[in-house]
Amino acid sequence: MAVNLEDKSKMVVTEGSYAVAHAAKVCRPNVISAYPITPQTHIVENLSKFMADGEIPNCEYINVESEFSAISALVGASAAGARTYSATTSQGLELMHEVLFNAAGMRLPIVMTIANRAVSAPINIWNDQQDSISQRDTGWLQLYAEDLQESADMLPQLYKIAEDKEVLLPGMACMDGFILSHVYEPLVLLEQDLTDEFLPAYEPEYVLDPKNPMSFGAFAAPDTYEEFRYLQEQAMQNALPKIEAVAKEFGEIFGRFHGGLIDEYRTEDAEVIIMAMGSILGTIKDVVDEYRARGEKIGVLKVRAFRPFPKEQIRKAIKDAAVVAVLDKNISIGTNEGALFTETKACMYNARCDIPIIGYTIGHGGRDIRLETIAKIIEEAKEVASSGINTESQFVEVREELL
Amino acid sequence: MKITTGGVCKAGTTLVNKTGGWRSFRPVFNYEKCKKCGLCEIVCPDMSVLPKEDGFFKYNYDYCKGCGICANECPADAIEMVLEEK
Repeated sequence: MAVNLEDKSKMVVTEGSYAVAHAAKVCRPNVISAYPITPQTHIVENLSKFMADGEIPNCEYINVESEFSAISALVGASAAGARTYSATTSQGLELMHEVLFNAAGMRLPIVMTIANRAVSAPINIWNDQQDSISQRDTGWLQLYAEDLQESADMLPQLYKIAEDKEVLLPGMACMDGFILSHVYEPLVLLEQDLTDEFLPAYEPEYVLDPKNPMSFGAFAAPDTYEEFRYLQEQAMQNALPKIEAVAKEFGEIFGRFHGGLIDEYRTEDAEVIIMAMGSILGTIKDVVDEYRARGEKIGVLKVRAFRPFPKEQIRKAIKDAAVVAVLDKNISIGTNEGALFTETKACMYNARCDIPIIGYTIGHGGRDIRLETIAKIIEEAKEVASSGINTESQFVEVREELL
Repeated sequence: MKITTGGVCKAGTTLVNKTGGWRSFRPVFNYEKCKKCGLCEIVCPDMSVLPKEDGFFKYNYDYCKGCGICANECPADAIEMVLEEK
């Protein structure tokens, strides 16, 4: 995102994890559960310090014994009416899997930051997005941040979307581990007064309260279960316009806009469009700027919301391109495709639009993504535009000498 | 009936389902051995162990499913699981 000139005087140089922890703090959470796992740990460490310094009023900070407990504690706390927060990644997020469904089915607007990391085995602590992509069917909203400022700005936005009466779903604010969590950059720490103006207190519809006992997470037999699933899907669809509206409102109050469901960069007349999510967008934009300087019509489509999946917006953004290349930091093993690629193709199929779409899985386990690699992809995409698809989806670089 | 958000509903409505019929073994107290420690009441997953005025406990057989946790945990061996026979 281009720097907002008015922000320059307010900028400080801080670590991404600090900015995110600070953003969580100014959202005034009532319960934070914490369990350390790299590269997320600095977020909950910073929150722990804020707690110790008395900077988060009316909040319980719970040290739990596993990620399974971290999310379970938040399910209870959220049912009791608390605004809740935690942060996790990789194996920790996968350990939460079962409870993620419960949180979504119980319609609890829990917000978590995911510092995206590869999954074991082999063990690897570096960044890709396999962890959160693997949770795409749990019923959680998923937004992907491009830079440090967006990783922080995403939290009040996500609370506002998640807690909306027409949505009431939990949400993951995804930021690339290390690349965003451990990097220091100039940014604006969210102002408490502006955040209070933007984000009202959470007003739950039902509250777990011994004085007025209610059953939460009750049983549903075949005669009602299907309707629960239907209502969850409706809530996700309701979130589509909310994500756009909330991003716009955030922009009006804070002066920063990172995109709604998607964000287009130099796509207006683009013949080649590169699609991706997260921090890789910065690298892609640098390469695209070089191409544009040479007069080549290349554009970038940032997908900010992966759940709900913005089919209409994506269709509209890419329908006039000659070719689209989708970059995924994940793979669904057995399809040889990343999730964004598969879903983008799926949403185009019945749109009577047969532009070629090619996919690359890239940056697995934190492998560096170089400018030359992006340029190579653009060159291959250009060739597809003129002579058709040769390879539909592939690993962008495999070290043949190791195989 | 309309489904509420997240399926939140009035508590205690399952009292209409008398699940005691699921039972194949019935727990029976031996008050000669019982030390009134109350562990059975704590471990019962169905709140079917009820305190009596004299400090001993009794079962609510309308809901006890006969899981046998109380008998297994009883430190005084004062609960016997008796086969339900028609």
